[in-house]
Amino acid sequence: MLKARAYLLGRIREFFAAAGVMEVETPIASRAAASDPALNSLRTRWSGAEAGPQTLYLQTSPELPMKRLLAAGSGPIFQICKVFRDGERGSLHHPEFSLLEWYRPGLGYRALMTEVAELVRHALDRPELAVRRISYRELFRTHLGLDPMHADVATLRQAADGLPGCRDLDLDRDGWLDLLLTHRIEPALARDRLTFVYDYPPSQATLARIRRDAEPVAERFELYLGGMELANGFQELTDPGEQRRRFDADLQARSARGLDRLPLDEAFLTALEAGMPEAAGVALGLDRLLMVATGSTHIDQTLAFPVERA
Amino acid sequence: MASYSTNEFRGGLKIMLDSDPYVIVENEFVKPGKGQAFNRVRVRNLKTGRVVEKTFKSGESVEAADVHETRLQYLYNDGELWYFMDPESYEQLSADAAAMGETVSWIKEQDMCNVTLWNGSPLNVDPPNFVVLAVTETDPGLKGDTSGGGGKPATLETGAVVRVPLFVQTGELIKVDTRSGEYVARAKDG
Repeated sequence: MLKARAYLLGRIREFFAAAGVMEVETPIASRAAASDPALNSLRTRWSGAEAGPQTLYLQTSPELPMKRLLAAGSGPIFQICKVFRDGERGSLHHPEFSLLEWYRPGLGYRALMTEVAELVRHALDRPELAVRRISYRELFRTHLGLDPMHADVATLRQAADGLPGCRDLDLDRDGWLDLLLTHRIEPALARDRLTFVYDYPPSQATLARIRRDAEPVAERFELYLGGMELANGFQELTDPGEQRRRFDADLQARSARGLDRLPLDEAFLTALEAGMPEAAGVALGLDRLLMVATGSTHIDQTLAFPVERA
Repeated sequence: MASYSTNEFRGGLKIMLDSDPYVIVENEFVKPGKGQAFNRVRVRNLKTGRVVEKTFKSGESVEAADVHETRLQYLYNDGELWYFMDPESYEQLSADAAAMGETVSWIKEQDMCNVTLWNGSPLNVDPPNFVVLAVTETDPGLKGDTSGGGGKPATLETGAVVRVPLFVQTGELIKVDTRSGEYVARAKDG
């Protein structure tokens, strides 16, 4: 397993060297925390700060500092790093995991999907791996016969009716969509094929740009291999005003859920104001990719020491 | 009332659902990349033994079931209830037929049993894994047959019927595995 990981990392670096994408490192511990209400940062304490001991947050992804580098004119960059998410533990989740994240200034998210497929095929030595692209809307239509952009909560709840033990859940619209996606659609995705799901409901945009078509969509994609989610990518939001509104909405959602108020990444907002080039970016879970490469069924099989023995 | 957050879910945890005590058999954390996380669990109803699936929003809290295991000594049966005693506190507890289940066919007075208590009352009583019981009735075996092949039914002093080798005779003591209900060996002494 150690050798398989080393080999995978080597293949990835080889791919980006050939593609002219520069490897970078950004801080793991930051004064700012992830604002996404679905993520919880681990925290640590820095006793050397001038103003006295300071809380530092361990990154949930290197997204914001990497975008600061883009704004500073770095050009295409990638990073392989550890990220941390409190409370996430299961056969596909470990509170500390390895992420590959990369950004392509000037590239659209659809073109980035093509590069993601090339990278995965290269990393796994499987040039023949089939690819399917399907919009989020079409995915729900095909698998569940409903329109995820417009279906109301009652319709979504109805579609979950056949699932055991889900009747009493108290979920909002996006919560029901997430339930249907994870419980009904993911298990039904074709095994041994790359599936890109793209153009998400605007309510699930997170940091993706929203395209104001007749039917607005978030320019976001997720990659599945079989039923396992491997990667999440965006046409990056570069508008600082819109970005600040989304951060504020995150903070409101967090406080509505009784979560801590967290410091925003002001340096990132400043960088956006200075101007970040249009870019597409994606984050890919390396431990999961290693699971695929080695036929593992539990993420712990890919780790030298899982957290309980760390 | 004590409660557990879904973050604390793991196999073996006892929780209350729809007013019944359950034990978590399996817990799987399910989360789309960006969005609502769920805990998808399989739970066994401790009263009925039935296993069902249930999904929780991660972060929700669930009431803890006041369920724990203890070792009690079986005293006697009054025709309706089975009485047990805590050998340390001498406290006596009674179990009904539902809690006893098949255990009634295996235990004798003085036997130590694993008892699951819910809110202080026996919910389930397990017999010792191995018990030694006297054979009260079995067909006479063929003389000289010690192979144990074939076998025959034997009724034990508690009423249980097990298959025994042909050489086992009425009045003898035998050791039985209560989990499988199978004969293990002849025993010299209860």
